[in-house]
Amino acid sequence: MANARLFLLGAALILSSLFFLFWGLSGNTWFIFELRSKKLITLITVGGAVSVATILFQTISANRILTPAIMGFDALYILLQTLLVVVIGGANWALLPDSIVFLLTSAIMVGASLLLYQFLLQKDGRHLHVLILVGVIFGLLFRSLTSFIQRLIDPSEFAMIQSTMFASFGSVDENSLIISCIIFLLCTLLVFKYSTFLDVMALGKQMAVSLGVSYISFQRLTLVVISLLVCISTALVGPITFLGLLVSALTYKIAGSLEHKKLLIISFLLGALFLVIGQTIFERLLRLQSTLSIVIEFFGGMLFLYLVLRKRFK
Amino acid sequence: MITINNVSHKIGANDILTNVTAEIPANGITAIVGPNGAGKSTLLNLIGRQTTLNDGDIQIDGSSLHSTSTDKLALKIALVAQDVGVASRIKIKELIAFGRWPHSKGRLNDFDKEIVEAAMERFDLVDLKDRFLDQLSGGQRQRAFIAMAFAQETDWLLLDEPLNNLDMFHARALMNELKLLAVENQKSIVMVIHDVNYAARWSDYCIGLDFGKIKFAGATQDVLTAKSVEQLFQVNVSVLGSPNGIILDHY
Ligand SMILES: Nc1ncnc2c1ncn2[C@@H]1O[C@H](COP(=O)(O)OP(=O)(O)O)[C@@H](O)[C@H]1O
Ligand SMILES: [Mg+2]
Repeated sequence: MANARLFLLGAALILSSLFFLFWGLSGNTWFIFELRSKKLITLITVGGAVSVATILFQTISANRILTPAIMGFDALYILLQTLLVVVIGGANWALLPDSIVFLLTSAIMVGASLLLYQFLLQKDGRHLHVLILVGVIFGLLFRSLTSFIQRLIDPSEFAMIQSTMFASFGSVDENSLIISCIIFLLCTLLVFKYSTFLDVMALGKQMAVSLGVSYISFQRLTLVVISLLVCISTALVGPITFLGLLVSALTYKIAGSLEHKKLLIISFLLGALFLVIGQTIFERLLRLQSTLSIVIEFFGGMLFLYLVLRKRFK
Repeated sequence: MITINNVSHKIGANDILTNVTAEIPANGITAIVGPNGAGKSTLLNLIGRQTTLNDGDIQIDGSSLHSTSTDKLALKIALVAQDVGVASRIKIKELIAFGRWPHSKGRLNDFDKEIVEAAMERFDLVDLKDRFLDQLSGGQRQRAFIAMAFAQETDWLLLDEPLNNLDMFHARALMNELKLLAVENQKSIVMVIHDVNYAARWSDYCIGLDFGKIKFAGATQDVLTAKSVEQLFQVNVSVLGSPNGIILDHY
């Protein structure tokens, strides 16, 4: 049953990818094909990274509402990148290859998120609404710090980071894409290897410790993976707040199982499918550039409100 | 044997446990009794490593909590805490199957499945196995968690107030099962009980705890007397004889 759904989703992703690549391919064929392939890989990597990161975060924070984006991870990445521009200086920054900038920011990001979020999650019995509040405050804080710093620096430096601040599925730097793909693959392989541990961690810290799982170590490791995945998606297309929530909610519905092996694969497929189909519809069929992220935010935001309110009144 | 050596525990500036030293003998039922807030759960959670042990040492059959990895310990002790929280929404049979995790690491073989079935039968859960945990009554949940701990097949079983939500019938049935486990399977069971009469009737060994200090410890018939209970709970007690041992009347 679950396997049939998995197979269907896989087939759907392959079909929509082929459609994305070959539909209306004419003119300077090779050039367009190459462009589209890059875009396709970006969409699949980002969709997968956001979705897998969300499932992981929900597992280690024992809820199904919060996502890394809602907790301010994306905003933190952008803040760190802005800070880095200030520290390194705009002139030097412009000389650095995108991939180096990406690796540098990612390294700092992993450290910073471990510091902030592990502390937050470690305390037992944090209520969900406290976490939501903290997430909202973190997000606000990071974003306002970012715009504060951007006001201080000169306009040319500002232009350099502006592109990372809004989600856009435009073309991306090739080296960054390759590095992102590699990191994404390594992360998912690693997570897959300890997926049965995630199954136990989903029961909560108390149970997991009783059953012999070193909860804190695995929580830390998972946080590292989550921040890397956030780095990938934010660096490639920018922040998309509610994609993860949409995908994870659907994943739990479809999977019909609590096994992380299945949850992770299904969320990956769904996330990739969302973006590939969405981009095909909005950019190709409707010719509406950059509408996809707005639509995702709209529906995801509604879902978030619904989930929070339902939880509240139940 | 569980050896508790000079264990102290603080929360903030409050001393919850002070220099607790005790030995809990293997094979049999040990009852921990004491008034509310005495530190019974804290002690059990320290032994079950739910709470980090900072001060002093605890050894389970010679393995110190400080130097034994948590997955090795999961093969030695199983704990059913006082208010177990389960984060995900799972079915009873899935919950009990997780009890096999320390052995199977997620891949259940036929033997594991047999144990899970046996656990459900033993604790009267077969009819409930397809229900979700949040669809059970307090007592049924309690039994499900105990069945899960049983499936873990450890020598030591730690239970924090397992009788709390149980009616007379199920309380009795549970104590019978535990006694059987101790006698037939040589299990060692440590349980917090707040009703001293259950302790008097069913336990082999008894530890009295008050204000984080041990007041008495020893064979139940020796240490659980009207006098010690009066001192521990600050109530008047008279002893009634019964064919099955003493009853401490405090009503
Ligand atoms: N998180 C906490 N913060 C402060 N005090 C606590 C906390 N948890 C327990 N205590 C205190 O520790 C003492 C022992 O608690 P506990 O071991 O649960 O007692 P009991 O013997 O009833 O199981 C109590 O006085 C309780 O108030
Ligand atoms: Mg207690």
